[in-house]
Amino acid sequence: MTTYMDKPLERKDEKLILDSGDIARALTRIAHEILERNKGVTNLALVGIRTGGVYLAHRLAKRVHGIEGVHIPIGELDITLYRDDLALRKNQPILRKTSVPFDMANKIVVLVDDVLFTGRTIRAAMDGLMDLGRPEEIQLAVLVDRGHRQLPIKANYIGKNLPTSRDEQVQVLLEEDGEHDRVVILKAG
Amino acid sequence: MSLKRKDLLSLAPLAVDEITLILDTADSFKEVTGREIKKVPALRGKTVVNLFFEPSTRTRTSFELAAKRLSADVINFAPSSSSVVKGETLLDTARNIEAMQADIIVLRHSSAGAAEALAQGVKSSVINAGDGWHEHPTQALLDLYTIRQRGMSFRGLRVAIVGDVSHSRVARSNIYALVKLGAEVRVVGPPTMMPWGVEKLGVTVCHNMDEGLRDVNVIMMLRLQLERQGRAQFPSIREYSRLYGLTAERVRLADSAAIVMHPGPINRGVEIAPDVADSLSSVILDQVANGVAVRMGILYLMSGTSS
Repeated sequence: MTTYMDKPLERKDEKLILDSGDIARALTRIAHEILERNKGVTNLALVGIRTGGVYLAHRLAKRVHGIEGVHIPIGELDITLYRDDLALRKNQPILRKTSVPFDMANKIVVLVDDVLFTGRTIRAAMDGLMDLGRPEEIQLAVLVDRGHRQLPIKANYIGKNLPTSRDEQVQVLLEEDGEHDRVVILKAG
Repeated sequence: MSLKRKDLLSLAPLAVDEITLILDTADSFKEVTGREIKKVPALRGKTVVNLFFEPSTRTRTSFELAAKRLSADVINFAPSSSSVVKGETLLDTARNIEAMQADIIVLRHSSAGAAEALAQGVKSSVINAGDGWHEHPTQALLDLYTIRQRGMSFRGLRVAIVGDVSHSRVARSNIYALVKLGAEVRVVGPPTMMPWGVEKLGVTVCHNMDEGLRDVNVIMMLRLQLERQGRAQFPSIREYSRLYGLTAERVRLADSAAIVMHPGPINRGVEIAPDVADSLSSVILDQVANGVAVRMGILYLMSGTSS
């Protein structure tokens, strides 16, 4: 198996936006912001959106544990079945597993995703979450907000606001996926 | 990867990774069927038609439940209550159903090849829910899912399929898939119930049940089709039951962790002893429960637009 150690630090066709240090600091700040806003860990839970969001949710939970000494519940959400383009697709996307192994009633659930773009994924995630239970409140944490919203959705916690043009491609690459931690814009062509 | 097929008619042409994709997808739906709200919006606006020309409770209900849990609209078509009794052909019936914008047609028919013929004639996706003695792919897929759920891997797995193999579409679909996945398959039964040349499918034939069950990991019983009795396949039910009925003693010949499967409906006391059907090694009800998740997976994968 190849690990991120075997991979190049950066490729020619990409423009580096955040390096591993930047990502780590952004996540630490978001963890503090989550705790500050919710006055601690009481009733707090994280739900990561597959795949990048799940990794980030686990990293955030680790930081929360480091600050408060408490393991907060983590869920993993696959939004495929709630996508708004399923009826239009020729071939259906691969389905992965959803696992929210705690009761969401009375919980403040922080949805975690890597990139916030059109907002359609978050709409799907909220519908998916509501089918699993009735959280007290849903908040949203993202590593990158690149704008171009097509739905009235706004993040509560943002690692970095990144102005982009609509046709640019933003990628969050993480060690859990065998890459060096970084956020890049792929150059066109 | 995705399932790039309009129809699911047979397991014979499916590649190993296509089978694995279906089982993996079913796994995700298994979680959905365990929820309090067992419904997802994936097939909203799609129409699934159950076209069953043969009696079936389990398979039709399973497909109906699967489609409803995916939020599809479901119509059940039964020949006794339809224009088929007025002499309409299969294809004409199906074209009429298609004209009502059906996206997926689930067909059960007494003639082998009916699903294939239908698939060529309509634009809708066709899922074979059993055609004559030919195949019953979704039953085999749920059997495979149930085996995998028990933590067994297919490579080198020893499976005995016991009973009337020649009239069993369940056996045929399972043989195609299991052999492809690397399992060692034995078919067990009297010579009158073995299709001619079955060895060519990569299985070994065994006429003695005690030998056939030795050390197997999976015992797959087939339903004795009592309606065929009198066609000189076996002298009497009692004799058949004595020679090929699954008793607790015979289960002990198999591997100690072996599971007992049956596609249902079971003839208690004929091909399977009541205490075996209700024993801990029996996964018969798991098969039924998994059937819904597997069919949800298949409907989901087949629901891509054809245009």
